[in-house]
Amino acid sequence: MPQNELTASSTPTSRRTLAKEADMNMHSMTVRGKDRYKSGVLEYKKMGYWEPDYQPRDTDIIALFRVTPQDGVDPIEASAAVAGESSTATWTVVWTDRLTAAEKYRAKCFRVDPVPNSPGQYFAYIAYDLDLFEPGSIANLSASIIGNVFGFKPLKALRLEDMRLPVAYVKTFQGPATGIVVERERMDKFGRPLLGATVKPKLGLSGRNYGRVVYEALKGGLDFTKDDENINSQPFMHWRERFLYCMEAVNKAQAATGEIKGTYLNVTAGTVEDMYERAEFARELGSIIIMIDLVIGYTAIQSMATWARRNDMILHLHRAGHSTYTRQRNHGVSFRVIAKWMRLAGVDHIHAGTVVGKLEGDPATTRGYYDICREDYNPARLEHGVFFDQHWASLNRLMPVASGGIHAGQMHQLLDHLGEDVILQFGGGTIGHPMGIQAGATANRVALEAMILARNEGRDYLYEGPEILAKAAETCTPLKSALEVWKNVTFNYESTDMPDYVPTPSVAM
Amino acid sequence: MRITQGCFSFLPDLTDAQITRQVQYCLENGWAVNIEFTDDPHPRNNFWEMWGLPMFDLRDAAGVMMELEQCRKVYGDRYIRLSAFDSSHGWESVRISFIVNRPKEEPGFRLDRQETTGRNVRYSTHAYAAARPEGERYG
Repeated sequence: MPQNELTASSTPTSRRTLAKEADMNMHSMTVRGKDRYKSGVLEYKKMGYWEPDYQPRDTDIIALFRVTPQDGVDPIEASAAVAGESSTATWTVVWTDRLTAAEKYRAKCFRVDPVPNSPGQYFAYIAYDLDLFEPGSIANLSASIIGNVFGFKPLKALRLEDMRLPVAYVKTFQGPATGIVVERERMDKFGRPLLGATVKPKLGLSGRNYGRVVYEALKGGLDFTKDDENINSQPFMHWRERFLYCMEAVNKAQAATGEIKGTYLNVTAGTVEDMYERAEFARELGSIIIMIDLVIGYTAIQSMATWARRNDMILHLHRAGHSTYTRQRNHGVSFRVIAKWMRLAGVDHIHAGTVVGKLEGDPATTRGYYDICREDYNPARLEHGVFFDQHWASLNRLMPVASGGIHAGQMHQLLDHLGEDVILQFGGGTIGHPMGIQAGATANRVALEAMILARNEGRDYLYEGPEILAKAAETCTPLKSALEVWKNVTFNYESTDMPDYVPTPSVAM
Repeated sequence: MRITQGCFSFLPDLTDAQITRQVQYCLENGWAVNIEFTDDPHPRNNFWEMWGLPMFDLRDAAGVMMELEQCRKVYGDRYIRLSAFDSSHGWESVRISFIVNRPKEEPGFRLDRQETTGRNVRYSTHAYAAARPEGERYG
């Protein structure tokens, strides 16, 4: 078994799997010299894409794939094929390889492990030389790593689980335009999660009615309101109407509370030129934040992030569409990879799960996403699905957003799962309040402040949470009413995406 | 109106015992607590006046509470807030900030609108109290 920095010491492996791994990770089969370039077809594992003795360099990009070979396909060959097809290989030997430093450019699969408790699936570790990638381009990075290989016939399924991005590559990206610290400084809001709400109904409100919801929610105590992902410029409300009424609402709420407020103006549009036009109008109106959807594509996201940095604008990203490829465990791209790419690309906010809300999110996996967004260094933590040590080289921190099916009665759980640097978005939980939108916002804010106060006092707020909320509700009727209405609302379904490794108690070595 | 800047403005005003526990939390995290006051509560007034320097190397909240008491004696008619600075790499900014003293009356803000081209409006927020000179605004 190759000894390298990726052999996480916490890997819970039984003796049997260790023996199996040792079998799998045997020596190189690479054909060398003249024979390597004889015309015809050669197995990928013999072409130099399987190098179990390879020691990844600090500057290599490493990708971890979950490979499910077709029945009868050798997992080593399947993994070598993934390395080949995501770097230099084609289906047959080509003599033009010999005009290049081909060995350097070949991605090298250096380790293949069976996935615990998942027969037929294998984790393939593949190292890529830094020179394979254009600096500062998510489009280029993703075109290489996920460009071709996911439809490869010998595989039943393929999933990109995680990536180790070397500091040398991280430093070629701008990173979040604003970052958590500067966002907090600009908004003068410290020590608690920020609060937001998505305007509902998603579709159909006129600009004037829409602005009403924004004003009520912000005045009631929220820090942000948000356009939904599909609010762009439709017959019921063109974008300029929305922007103008929203900024009236923001300014009125600021004057009513003495606090800085914001509303994420979604500038997503059919062309990047249209997005620039909308973003510039938002700036002209004095908005502190704009918003884009993941579906605009990586290049457009990077363009907007550059624009945001140049224009002192916070950039919110809604991860619209991600579940089409992140949710199923055997095929696609894990959200932890998308989170890494988006931190590089330079957005300031990213939806990263609620754990307790209505959308997919196992607690341990979600914790992994949050760490990727917020920490300067992520140690490998298999129990959170984080496979690699990752240095972020002081790239700004990315604020995670928890949105979808959460309410004030879960405040203690939200704080426990998600921590302090997060935006908690209560859409229905604000606008659906029986006493109105302002009351809904106030209920959330009071619940949050009461929970932070209790946590800082050293109370066991997770256990005492319901009691802390009930006490705060004694002096806050809106909170009392919110707790009453949503007291039994939970979303308990089995997750479709969970870590493969579970920590097991073991005797000290 | 009630200005809702800071971490706990939606709760009833904190008692000194509650403030002490928050300060102790800050000190236990290794943060330096700073006392600031102002009579210009504009939301973009970042630089409130400092009551001395941030209190580095303090271990007991009582030290902060004594200073707060002194500050209240002199500037009890104004806004006073506590903020805590974290010097750790990658943060190097405020970790928590909350109001611990308010004027008796908070008249709030006037929103001015200047109609410009198209339907665009330029907004400007004025604290009513700021119409009077500094030091004569409250009480």
